[in-house]
Amino acid sequence: MRYLPLTPDDRSAMLATIGAASIDDLFVDVPADARLPGPIPGLPDHQPEMLVERELVRLAKKNMAAGEHPFFLGCGAYRHHVPASVDHLIQRGEFLTSYTPYQPEIAQGTLQYLFEFQTQVARLTGMDIANASMYDGSTAMTEAIFMARRITRRAKTILSCGVHRHYVQVAQTLCKFTGDELLTGVPTICCSPPTDDLADIIAQIDSDTSAVVVQNPDVFGHVADLSDLAAACHAKGALLIVVVTEVVSLGLVKSPGEMGADIVVGEGQSLGVGLQFGGPHLGLFACNHKHVRQMPGRLCGETVDADGRRGFVLTLSTREQHIRREKATSNICTNSGLMSLAFTIHMTLLGEKGLRHLAELNHARACEVAGRLVAIPGVKLLTERFFNEFAVELPVPARQAVRDMAEMGVLGGVSAARLFPGLADMERVLLIAVTETVSRADIDALVRALTEILGSEYSGA
Amino acid sequence: MSMMNQGRPTQPETSGSTGNPTFTGNRALMLEEPLIFEVGAPDVTGVDLEAVPPHASRLGALARTAPIGLPGLAEGEAVRHFTRLSRQNYGIDMGFFPLGSCTMKHNPRLNEKMARLPGFADIHPLAPQNTVQGALELIHRLAEWLKALTNMPSVAMTPKAGAHGELCGMLAIRAAHEARGDARKVVLVPESAHGTNPASAAFCGYAVENIPADVRGRVDFEALVARLGPDVAAVMITNPNTCGLFEPDLKRISDAVHAAGGYVYCDGANFNAIVGRVRPGDLGVDAMHINLHKTFSTPHGGGGPGSGPVVFSEALAPFAPLPFVVEADGRFHLVEEETAKAEQHDLSFGRMAAFHGQMGMFVRALAYIMSHGADGLRQVAEDAVLNANYILRGLEDVMSAPFAHTGPCMHEALFDDSFLKGTGLSTLDIAKAMIDEGYHPMTMYFPLVVHGAMLVEPTETEGRQRLDQFIGTMRHLAEAARSGPAEQFTTAPHFAPRSRLDETRAARQPVLTWQPPVEGRLAAE
Repeated sequence: MRYLPLTPDDRSAMLATIGAASIDDLFVDVPADARLPGPIPGLPDHQPEMLVERELVRLAKKNMAAGEHPFFLGCGAYRHHVPASVDHLIQRGEFLTSYTPYQPEIAQGTLQYLFEFQTQVARLTGMDIANASMYDGSTAMTEAIFMARRITRRAKTILSCGVHRHYVQVAQTLCKFTGDELLTGVPTICCSPPTDDLADIIAQIDSDTSAVVVQNPDVFGHVADLSDLAAACHAKGALLIVVVTEVVSLGLVKSPGEMGADIVVGEGQSLGVGLQFGGPHLGLFACNHKHVRQMPGRLCGETVDADGRRGFVLTLSTREQHIRREKATSNICTNSGLMSLAFTIHMTLLGEKGLRHLAELNHARACEVAGRLVAIPGVKLLTERFFNEFAVELPVPARQAVRDMAEMGVLGGVSAARLFPGLADMERVLLIAVTETVSRADIDALVRALTEILGSEYSGA
Repeated sequence: MSMMNQGRPTQPETSGSTGNPTFTGNRALMLEEPLIFEVGAPDVTGVDLEAVPPHASRLGALARTAPIGLPGLAEGEAVRHFTRLSRQNYGIDMGFFPLGSCTMKHNPRLNEKMARLPGFADIHPLAPQNTVQGALELIHRLAEWLKALTNMPSVAMTPKAGAHGELCGMLAIRAAHEARGDARKVVLVPESAHGTNPASAAFCGYAVENIPADVRGRVDFEALVARLGPDVAAVMITNPNTCGLFEPDLKRISDAVHAAGGYVYCDGANFNAIVGRVRPGDLGVDAMHINLHKTFSTPHGGGGPGSGPVVFSEALAPFAPLPFVVEADGRFHLVEEETAKAEQHDLSFGRMAAFHGQMGMFVRALAYIMSHGADGLRQVAEDAVLNANYILRGLEDVMSAPFAHTGPCMHEALFDDSFLKGTGLSTLDIAKAMIDEGYHPMTMYFPLVVHGAMLVEPTETEGRQRLDQFIGTMRHLAEAARSGPAEQFTTAPHFAPRSRLDETRAARQPVLTWQPPVEGRLAAE
């Protein structure tokens, strides 16, 4: 077996050194009736590398890879071009096969990029500080709700109906058990866009409100000015938590920090990470200095070594589970280390100039696609102010349209009904994301597919 | 895994010596590297993008106009920056990394290659399910392996890491109690447990009580049974435990907990010691997370990503989280909130994360499992345990191994600091001296049940020659610790990119982001 260096002779000699007659002597603490006499029956034995590869390639080929088709899905996971050097660098063994930097003298590589990552995320979000990352955007949002509760000592949180439905469900799952109260509405398309009226949320904020959570751009792509909402939160002693699921938007859209956010959480997979069928992704978490001791997750900080040279260490760990156990700010132990490295490399390659250019390119392409789609009879644009993702209303159920387009080789968006099942208003809503990876030919293919579907099913209208 | 660092010095005592300073601060292959904020510039970029076509912006006053402060580097300089940083890191690829409880085994490169196949890496979590049948099949197949290896009927694949898996297990336990109207509030956790165990229990609203260890380093069975009662929701046990020992009473404990109406959560961080030889389902466990980044070799990546699927007993299976993959007539589909009720899964406690779990880790873990097969996985456990015992017996006469007298260990060998008595040296000093010898230190000061713990986990991917070298090095250090001088230890490491770092200063005046130098800043400090 190619990964196991011990030979039968080694094993015999080592057992003799230990003074054990056989390997079974080392498992004496296992109750006799729980000891398996041999390999678990019914499972295959070991295989050569070539055969494992052959089988996994076979499985991979059953999937429609985004890069091989016109592709317009977003909704919390965005496909961007990742420069080749990113994947090369994160596969260097010193990064890939290292562990949490518990021995900082031999982990300065990890610690320095975490420090760079924290600084990049803080600047992107417009906040003072950021942590060394969380599992993903959805778990980061739930942690932010709990952090706000610790700060305000209040248990009621208002969630915008424009927050990604899965994020809301993650928060609801945990809050069932923690006693936190979550208020959230349902989106309708009576007004355009199909998101909440911020004035309604402002009216709901009272002296029991711990935090308001809004996503920007929201799940329908709508970009909002959150300044008034922030002011209304602060007037009542509540915090504003802003969720960003498309981090490239921050190259073009005013940052949550500039609009008055207290905590910013997000999904960072757009830079460096890729789609990955949903994981591993990269949770971002930023806030202002005054709340640092209530933050969850790892933090990297600057210090000096015994010779006075600058170096970096994990710090403020008295917040964390390995010191505080049940009194910790979170149970989180890992971060998304390698994904934060990919993010930081990609961000460094872009630089501010590249990020702004990339964001503009996304916006321009999305504007073009929106323009092309509304020219199709029966298609109505629901999101007017968007970055690279928007909602359209179709004259037919969007779920079927998505399936039909896939049959035609076009991955043409996400139906809102997948996120909001049973909500009649959402049945004909299609969410479309457009990044720099979309070509003119892709746009033509989308328009052609949608026209054909609507032409055949909508000809009577 | 987690590490306890209370009670150890966090401030370097004396200044080490860098010797013969160079003009640049570099020392041949050891190269200093500034922060990107000190070498990059906002108008420098390492990417070429297509020109932006003319368009009318839809953002109006919401467009970002103020500078963001993000420096860029041309590609060559970016590659150099991160390559230089990487060389300041220690990884398994470089050498022996016996970090106890973390299972730092070789990360096969086939797994990396497979995870990057476009059919796995470049598919969207919300793509129509007909277009991702191969991905769903892969998840299903890995799930079947995990169930077979644990003899448990159900598995939740979505938890993103070990601690997230613990939370998943505890939520299922809480949901199961609540479904029968039983509002139990207490979870019992042995004092040797990972810090994540009590933190996870507390995270979902439980009060945590500690259970002591007995003199043999195992859970005190009598104390645990005495505490059971109608208020105890669950017991969280790590098996093999964090002392590297199998809990021989686990089946009896499970029976007692079940008789008292509670559930048994098993921390599966140490599954590597028993995979293919012992199935937790045969020991009465109700829920257990499996760290794919430990037992199944997905890379640790400097602290993540992890992946922590949770296997469940019949009793807890109905409460498992959404979404999950089911097979029907050769087709695979996801049970999500929408269809849960129709598919008899309406007791599910809910959703743990936005999408379906750590797909990239699933591909790697399945590649690893297929490469080993049932026969190879059993050999993994045997070799991991053999290697740890080889180290235990090779060092117990010069170091102090508190539980060595109780018999063999499992996959890790635990030492304490009593062999350092009278030397003025600590566990930390030994660890830092190991760095100079070219090793990554073992886990320090964890578990908490022994003083100055040193937890050594070699894993099965180390050969006999490496182990002999390591044993030789540790014997030398143990003897040098006794013979002195102490300075060679207390000022170590001498040859690492940095000498000891001042953690107290980092925590007292946290500097968490780079700030441009301001004139007078030094004077103000």
